[in-house]
Amino acid sequence: ILRCKRGNRFVSFLLNFLREQSSPALAHGTPAKTPNRPRPAAQTGGLSERRACRSAGSATTSRSSSRVQLFSPSSSVSPGAESDAAGQLSGVSAFSSPSFSTTWNPASRPSGSDRRHGQRVSLGDFMTSPPDMQPSPFQSQKSRKKNMALGAQGRGGRGSQHSDEMGFWDTGSKKPGRGGGHSRSREQLSPPSTLNFNNLEDFPPVGSSPISISKPSRRINPTPVSAERPRSKPKTCFTSTPFTKLSSPPMGAEVLDGSMRVGSPLSLQEERELLKREKSKRAQQPAASSPCLSSLEPCTPPKTGVLGGAKVTPELQTLCPERSKVTFTPELDLLAELYCACISENLVPNIFLELFFVMQLLTSMSPPSNDAEEQESFSTTNSVHNCVYFAVTVLENQFQLVAHLDKGALRLLAENERVASFSPALRDLLIQAQGKSSAKLSPSVSTFIHSVPFQPDTDNRSNFGNDKAFHTFKKQRDVFYEALREWEDLHNEPGWNFDASLGGRIRGMMNQLTSAGNHSHFARLFLKQLVQMCKGPRMSGAPGEPPDADLLEMLGADGLGRLKRLEERLIQPHGIVGPCPPPSFPGHQEFFRDFIQTASCCQLNQHLQDSLCQQLLQLDEVSILSPSASIKEEDEDGDMEQQDEKQRFSSVLLLARLLAKFLGFISFLPYQTSERPSREIQEASVALVPVLDVCAVLDNSVRRRRTILTVPWLVEFLSMLDFVGPLLLCYRTLFMCRRLQLRRCADVCYLNKLLLVSVLGWLFHDCIPLVDQQLLYFCCPFLSEFRKLLAAFVSGSTAKSGGIIRKITPTSAELKDTPIANRSQQKLQGELEQAFFHNQPPSLRRTVEFVAERVGSNSVKHMKATLVSELMDRGEKILRDKLKSLNFNTSKLNESICALLCDAGLEALERKPELEKCFFCCAVLIRREWKIRFDRVMKALGSPDSVNVSGAEVDPIAQDRPVGPKKKPGSERAMICPPGCDHSAALPSDVLIEMKELLSIAVGPRTEAELPAGSQIKALLHRARDTLACRKVRRRRRRNCNVFFF
Amino acid sequence: MRLSRAEYKDIVRATEQLRPTRQCMKILKDRFPNHSQSTLLSIFSLEYQKRTKRTISRHHAADVVESHYQRYLNEAKARPAAPVLLEMANEVDLSPALMGRLILDRFLQDVSGEMHSKAVLNSMLKEPSLIPDQVLANNIYQCTINDCCYGPLVDCIKHAIGQEHEVLLRDKLKERNLSFLDENKLRTMGYDKTPDIILEVPIAVEGHIVHWIESKASFGDDYSHRTYLNEQFWSYWNRFGPGLVIYWYGFIGELDCQRDRVTAQNRILQL
Repeated sequence: ILRCKRGNRFVSFLLNFLREQSSPALAHGTPAKTPNRPRPAAQTGGLSERRACRSAGSATTSRSSSRVQLFSPSSSVSPGAESDAAGQLSGVSAFSSPSFSTTWNPASRPSGSDRRHGQRVSLGDFMTSPPDMQPSPFQSQKSRKKNMALGAQGRGGRGSQHSDEMGFWDTGSKKPGRGGGHSRSREQLSPPSTLNFNNLEDFPPVGSSPISISKPSRRINPTPVSAERPRSKPKTCFTSTPFTKLSSPPMGAEVLDGSMRVGSPLSLQEERELLKREKSKRAQQPAASSPCLSSLEPCTPPKTGVLGGAKVTPELQTLCPERSKVTFTPELDLLAELYCACISENLVPNIFLELFFVMQLLTSMSPPSNDAEEQESFSTTNSVHNCVYFAVTVLENQFQLVAHLDKGALRLLAENERVASFSPALRDLLIQAQGKSSAKLSPSVSTFIHSVPFQPDTDNRSNFGNDKAFHTFKKQRDVFYEALREWEDLHNEPGWNFDASLGGRIRGMMNQLTSAGNHSHFARLFLKQLVQMCKGPRMSGAPGEPPDADLLEMLGADGLGRLKRLEERLIQPHGIVGPCPPPSFPGHQEFFRDFIQTASCCQLNQHLQDSLCQQLLQLDEVSILSPSASIKEEDEDGDMEQQDEKQRFSSVLLLARLLAKFLGFISFLPYQTSERPSREIQEASVALVPVLDVCAVLDNSVRRRRTILTVPWLVEFLSMLDFVGPLLLCYRTLFMCRRLQLRRCADVCYLNKLLLVSVLGWLFHDCIPLVDQQLLYFCCPFLSEFRKLLAAFVSGSTAKSGGIIRKITPTSAELKDTPIANRSQQKLQGELEQAFFHNQPPSLRRTVEFVAERVGSNSVKHMKATLVSELMDRGEKILRDKLKSLNFNTSKLNESICALLCDAGLEALERKPELEKCFFCCAVLIRREWKIRFDRVMKALGSPDSVNVSGAEVDPIAQDRPVGPKKKPGSERAMICPPGCDHSAALPSDVLIEMKELLSIAVGPRTEAELPAGSQIKALLHRARDTLACRKVRRRRRRNCNVFFF
Repeated sequence: MRLSRAEYKDIVRATEQLRPTRQCMKILKDRFPNHSQSTLLSIFSLEYQKRTKRTISRHHAADVVESHYQRYLNEAKARPAAPVLLEMANEVDLSPALMGRLILDRFLQDVSGEMHSKAVLNSMLKEPSLIPDQVLANNIYQCTINDCCYGPLVDCIKHAIGQEHEVLLRDKLKERNLSFLDENKLRTMGYDKTPDIILEVPIAVEGHIVHWIESKASFGDDYSHRTYLNEQFWSYWNRFGPGLVIYWYGFIGELDCQRDRVTAQNRILQL
């Protein structure tokens, strides 16, 4: 039932219903720091700057709200109201514009008693229940009535559109403007009954705006104190998408501005102001929140923006959710079951959005309200008890999904006292799952950034048409890197502007490129550099200063990483972005994006586009090892291959995603406008064929069961869509593609990370074990939001006990000692290896890896067949003997025998010096083999005690890679010196200098004292003879030569 | 031979009034006995080149050349055996070799008209016996042989020193069994920028990865280092990654603490 069209409408109804019901509790949100990021620079910047952004303020407004909310009511808002909001936003006072809320437009808010209804509508809007649908049985009387009323309105307004098969999608032509004839009240009460996916305001293109402009940095609603105040609650706090540093807008206006700093003095000042206002408001609150308010509209003292040590409103903490106070349990159970079914069936637009919502329910706060009132509550999930109960139930049900979160989030969930009190079983499961989770949130940052190596095969003179082109390109390479270095050094400085600083040079370079016809060469260099710098998992923001070498030595790379994270935690308050951040160009990607924009060279763009397209299609063809080959084999070889395959896949996937993002960026760049294009232009563009035949690629991929690779990169490509893009036929058919099981999860305009998340969620059930958690987190950094939310809850709830506690394990600087020296030695060795391969053609690396792997693998096999098998037999004998004679503790016995065998193995190796390097590998091998043998013996003896001993999943071969082949010595020319020459002759230049000096004395002017004796002259002549005779230049007395490193 | 900037400044100050003759070099050597002659000469030479670049234009003005030439003619007539030209050069603070060149150029104009070639001029400077005027030949020879900063002999020595150090470097690398490509090899392979050495297998020196090595048989002062950076080192870095530069005659220690990212990241090593 859920899968039919009606089901679709039902789902949207259900989701909105849940949000509506829980909004009172959620109005308080998580008792934590609100993201108090300072405003982006664009707001203070000039208008022109803002215009430079991809979309104007109005689009921004609605867009960000639609990112946040599932089904925004903006289509019911009249254009005038819309622009009001935009105007308000674009004003200088945007930040303090008090009652701005992302979903609710103050300008269109009705007054008086209607008001509440009006607000409700904003969430109940999309109650698209078909005429025959029964009201939910679990709804209480009153709320049912209300909803029915609304539903009737909705039905009335809808007409017959939904009889049409495509009607659901096609109603895009019904633009909000058309409904201008409706009366105001009607607009409020009869919202459009269909989801208008083509409506750009509801579902604007993903890349179309910097959300940063639109969203006040906090959820505080600092309205002037008035009696009305408690009623204007933020509706959509649970999915708000506040601005963060990473979500830099596509045009980078803010970034260019350079003032996107955490804690700039200005914003600090503003925040103080806000805080002050908050304080005074709270002081007056008791008067405002009179008891006459219904429990449905609990007084909502707004959350404070936590600044420094400011505490979370303590009075909110007093209410602890209790299992015993849960009302409507059966109804809640039913609701949860239904909701879970929607999630399991992937009927929701974005499962992670739902998960986020559930977590918000879990961490929600409720104002203290008296129980009697609560009993009369008509809603199922409006009390905090019910919210938590519902959330915990859903989490239990969806544990499979939850278990895939990262360790930190799992730990926080497990430690959450609400989870513990509502469902100890869930807590236990979470604790268990923690051990299995491998996802990390902060990937290690590579500090080793290289330039693209010069390869004679592709870069020397013979690859260019003429000398001029060759030499021009030589200069251009240097200009490009100069720009890159300058950007790295300066782009974080305040007032630094990409175009102003580098624009002239870059455009000059483009002119030269054009005159020399070098675009393809440059495009290749550009893309190679892009891949080199950005392919890996996201760099932690800007590259900044290289780590101090001494500090690194003292702490080790690991310690430094911890220090960095600590610094980040101290500097940045945790900003909760929500699970759907806009697409961004983090780290170095920003440079490449800005470069393309500044260069603004159509030839270059075409070359880039062609090259990207070609590379992507090639990557898409990369063979993915079939699961049968890798899974079947149980021995370690198979494991290893599978591991390699995973790694290869993730590298291909990351690369494809990066390339696709830039392909999308360049492809849609010409259509990026701040305003929605006129109808004619839209229609004209729809007729065009896009660069990449998305449908064909997808079709092909589905047919060949390769969506696991294709979809993630297609998502990146499409996330750069422009206004017109969503109207293109191919993109729309993409989502008609039912085979993907993405059915309802992604609408064309919503096409962004949501899709990827859903895809990946779906991929977990895929039979090819290619995606691991690490990769998932690399691809979806927003998944860390869960952890942030939970952490915010922890810090919020501990605030009552006097301050925010963050777990910080201190790192102490140790003195240099051997292990650290070893570590830096190892690090250097790794760097050297990397450096070596860097300047070699990739084929060499593959060859070396192949040889190393074969040698390693053969060695392991050899060792296994000889030494290890011998040891195993010995061990088995000992084991059987011991088991016969005594009633041993088997696990202890197991360990002691294992240790014994390891010692014996190492001893045997010591006798063979050529195997010195196999020590570690051997120990691992023995342990692993012994575990198998032990288990087998125990099984044969019928003992249940087969112990999981080793668990050491170490790749023995990787530890012991042979070094590269040595160069054959002695190919140099022989030095022909006279017999008995000890190569001690003076350097020719020294002899020359002496002779010159002697000559200058001879030629004069001179003093008598300067005149040389005959013997001196003779000696010099002898030296000259020796020098001429000896062919070998000796390093003479020069003890100190001086060296610079680059 | 890593000099602090203060030390370096001291030496530079001491060179300010000196002329490029062996007598002046002796003064400098006596004043700074702790520094090697090569370092002192290299610093002086660099400073003197800067001084020359500043002042050369005023000696090239036609009227100045003419007055120098007439003065030379007069004095040479009066004292044919005296080092007239050398004294003149020192007096007006122009490199003797350059003074010789100016006068010879002017002389050749008289002898063979405007149309004498540069090649003839250069060959005469290298081999003064080719000069038809005996007195002038003596004077020119005195100038080029006594000049320790300019002139064909100095060029020859500088070239030799450069070569020697490159050979030295290659020998060192061979001794250590390191595989590398030298400049000539690189050129035949069509590289657009060629450091002296590219290591086929990179090495680590004092914890720094080294892909290429450039040998500089001179002192590394601010000006030359900056010039090398822009014209060579960055280009190498752009193509081959990090590398190593050897200033055989020392350099200003503070150069590695520059705000320049690359140098700051890297340290100077005493081999």
